[in-house]
Amino acid sequence: MDLDNIPQTLPRQSATFDPYTLAEIRRAAATGIYDIRGAGTKRALPHFDDLLFLGASISRYPLEGYREKCATDVILGTRFAKKPIHLKTPVTIAGMSFGALSAQAKEALGRGATIVGTSTTTGDGGMTSEERGHSKTLIYQYLPSRYGMNPDDLRKADAIEVVIGQGAKPGGGGMLLGQKISDRIAQMRNLPKGIDQRSACRHPDWTGPDDLEIKIEELREITDWEKPIYVKVGATRPYYDIALAVKAGADVVVLDGMQGGTAATQEVFIEHVGIPILSAIRPAVQALQDLGFHRKVQLVVSGGIRNGADVAKALALGADAVAIGTAALVALGDNDPVHEAEYRALGTTAGAYDDWQEGRDPAGITTQDPVLAARLDPVAAGRRLANYLSVLTLEAQTIARACGKSHLHNLEPEDLVALTIEAAAMARVPLAGTDWIPGRGSF
Amino acid sequence: MCGIVGLFLKDRKLEPKLGSLLAGMLEVMTDRGPDSAGFAVYGSGDADHVKVTLRGRELEGIAETLGHGVKGTLRDNHLVLSFPKDREDQIRTWLAAERSEIKVIGVGQRIELYKEVGLPAEVSKRFGLPDMSGTHGIGHTRMATESAVTTAGAHPFSTGADQCLVHNGSLSNYRSLRRMLEPKGISFETDNDTEVAAGYLSWKLRDGATLAEALQSSLVDLDGFFTFVVGTESGFAVVRDPIACKPAVMAETDQYVAFGTEYRALVGLPGIGSARVFEPEPARVYAWERH
Amino acid sequence: MPVIDLAEVSRRDLNSQLHALVPSTNETHWRVENPNGQHALAAGVDAPITIEIAGHVGYYCAGMNKQATILIEGNAGVGVAENMISGMVHVKGDASQAAGATAHGGLLIIDGDASARCGISMKGVKIIVKGSIGPMSAFMAQSGMLVVLGDAGDALGDSIYEANLFVRGNVKSLGTDCVEKTMRDEHKAELRKLLDTAGLNGEVSVDEFKRYGSARTLYNFHVDNASAY
Repeated sequence: MDLDNIPQTLPRQSATFDPYTLAEIRRAAATGIYDIRGAGTKRALPHFDDLLFLGASISRYPLEGYREKCATDVILGTRFAKKPIHLKTPVTIAGMSFGALSAQAKEALGRGATIVGTSTTTGDGGMTSEERGHSKTLIYQYLPSRYGMNPDDLRKADAIEVVIGQGAKPGGGGMLLGQKISDRIAQMRNLPKGIDQRSACRHPDWTGPDDLEIKIEELREITDWEKPIYVKVGATRPYYDIALAVKAGADVVVLDGMQGGTAATQEVFIEHVGIPILSAIRPAVQALQDLGFHRKVQLVVSGGIRNGADVAKALALGADAVAIGTAALVALGDNDPVHEAEYRALGTTAGAYDDWQEGRDPAGITTQDPVLAARLDPVAAGRRLANYLSVLTLEAQTIARACGKSHLHNLEPEDLVALTIEAAAMARVPLAGTDWIPGRGSF
Repeated sequence: MCGIVGLFLKDRKLEPKLGSLLAGMLEVMTDRGPDSAGFAVYGSGDADHVKVTLRGRELEGIAETLGHGVKGTLRDNHLVLSFPKDREDQIRTWLAAERSEIKVIGVGQRIELYKEVGLPAEVSKRFGLPDMSGTHGIGHTRMATESAVTTAGAHPFSTGADQCLVHNGSLSNYRSLRRMLEPKGISFETDNDTEVAAGYLSWKLRDGATLAEALQSSLVDLDGFFTFVVGTESGFAVVRDPIACKPAVMAETDQYVAFGTEYRALVGLPGIGSARVFEPEPARVYAWERH
Repeated sequence: MPVIDLAEVSRRDLNSQLHALVPSTNETHWRVENPNGQHALAAGVDAPITIEIAGHVGYYCAGMNKQATILIEGNAGVGVAENMISGMVHVKGDASQAAGATAHGGLLIIDGDASARCGISMKGVKIIVKGSIGPMSAFMAQSGMLVVLGDAGDALGDSIYEANLFVRGNVKSLGTDCVEKTMRDEHKAELRKLLDTAGLNGEVSVDEFKRYGSARTLYNFHVDNASAY
């Protein structure tokens, strides 16, 4: 044996103790505090990519583009409200706070949504004049914290969204660290400037669906029964939660999967609590169907919606509309490689930047720093968002036409098949080429 | 998620009115619990006889079939059988063998228990609650949370003689508790968290705890959000979990102690205007016994 | 003076009449009869009027009140005057949980007792309770004043921000980061003024009160405080 040339074993990283895990352990040991970040789950999860549409062929016929319309409009809040919400596209903008985002970013969201005829949603900091001024249809969130809550804004809103939770952190409250509590935000939220905001995870004056019912009635009374009341939950036990939201009197239910983003929360919360949106939609729709309320109480789903295929798949599984958060921010300019030098200076790289709680966003979106925030031109960014929303809508229409549908709402689960057993089981559609839906029948 | 009502009479003169007072309280709680309703009334009885409440179909004629000494009172799809104590085993065996589809939902000296899917006012009328008399009673209107809307899922649950429990809230460790209780001989019919709480109390009482002691331990062993109202042959008790988010209002006079999830449920009670109205403290057992 | 009998007229009718009032209205004095514990009575009022409610009310009476003076001649259910912006609400009887929850301004007076979570998440309201308050009161209280002539239950001021709490009786226990603080002259003056507004001049001395507020150790997360969470 030639002792100078013995082959070495190859250095091998552990799959369990991978580089991310090792770095996190070291960070925890150094600081004694949990890791906080923004954005949603970064893990690979069963998602819409694991579903495919069955386009037209001999048994089904497609629609021509342009002349043969595929309609995209949707009405939300038909159950009780005098003034339901009419949208031109089923893609809406999810709740994100002024505080998490700069005023310019909120204005851009309002502008972009208005151009295409959809709605935006306030977040855990109240309603800003910029957003109300620029967003034609504005949903006003009613959260456990009640920061900035007041009857005037309630009456200015087009709908009210009672937030019980969100997908990134079901069971958690809002979080905004001192770096982002500027004078204006401190004033709106009634907090001392520069402190770390602690937020409640439960509403202060009701707990449980029986008392939610009474609270929803109060909100209707205050707004003279004009506005739809949405109820938003993070995806955990969607069958029960949607049933209870209906029983409590919701007009619309918003279901946010674990892919949903946040401005800031503990990393372990984002990655380990809540379920993927793919696994939550069918149980939610089942609950509506079992109560006889499918299409009468509308379902909006969110969490990782990225393209028109995702939109079409969510609708095919039974949703009435979708909401985008992370994707909308990317359209505005979040995580753009043009800022790579600054991302490197922050210890990260374009596409991976998620320390939004620090408030040092080079794109000027998730920051309160006036210099950084000024980098975002709300008009140009609004235009970019409008472009992106148009593409989402056109892509969904393309798919729907190919499936022979003249309205996006006519997409149905039977238009889909799955590529993996997990996706088949979660979405309750058969594995491609078979009749098999795991858990529901034979080969 | 629901509405709970309870009434414990101190003044015997009110006993003929127990049912009608309880029915009034129950109906006010309809909004909180439209799915199903139930109630337990502690009426007549003595130490030599056993009363069993059965629920099922084709209950007519059972009392006659069982023969001598057995009295039956049929109310819609519930039948209350009353018979001498020494016939209990034989009758239970007969029911299990010949009419196994009938559910035994309450057993004891004085308890009668009724529950069904439907609006509280309908349930109350079907079973004749307004005409019942007794010393104390508990009622419940249900909005199902994590289990199905079925009759079996309705409250009250009775897992021991003359015991019953109603619950407003949501327990978070009930599946583990059930796994602990089953080997101890407590059996369960539903997937319902409330049934587990009832089974837990029965276990504690069986092992010699007083009602107050059993509820005190429940504060340690049960996790989640709960307001419980419990009845035993001679007792009536209330407890709220330490966080006490679910509402609870009580009223006490020389004539009665009353419980309602909302104050609205109590407004029809005699003398409510001058009653001591209070909200039970978190994590504290309130218990009353008949003497 | 409009008199609305809720045995004849619906709550929706009552509230919609109240919401239709303009600030310059002549109908400045209203009486509501037979409330019978109904919820959301006089919620969302925005006019400088007086409303007397002749009996017990349910949840969220006077919710989000602006400008109005609302007198409840009985007990109030959960969340009385929740999120009030301005005006005054006076409960002659007792108040249930979450009285004055998240209220931004105005004055809430409770002649009897308030139960758990009085002043939870308060954001500027002034609350006076002549009786005692229940546990977990002033939880996450951000600003405003809570004055209690009787006792306070467990966990007073848990996770409190900048609200000031004044209790004359016994405090069963203090919540996380809530401590007794010195009563300085400016606090005594503020307290005196508030007590007088509530009609207690000459009856109660400010020297009988202790002040409680935030120790401010939770304002920026520090690992050594982890057990507080």
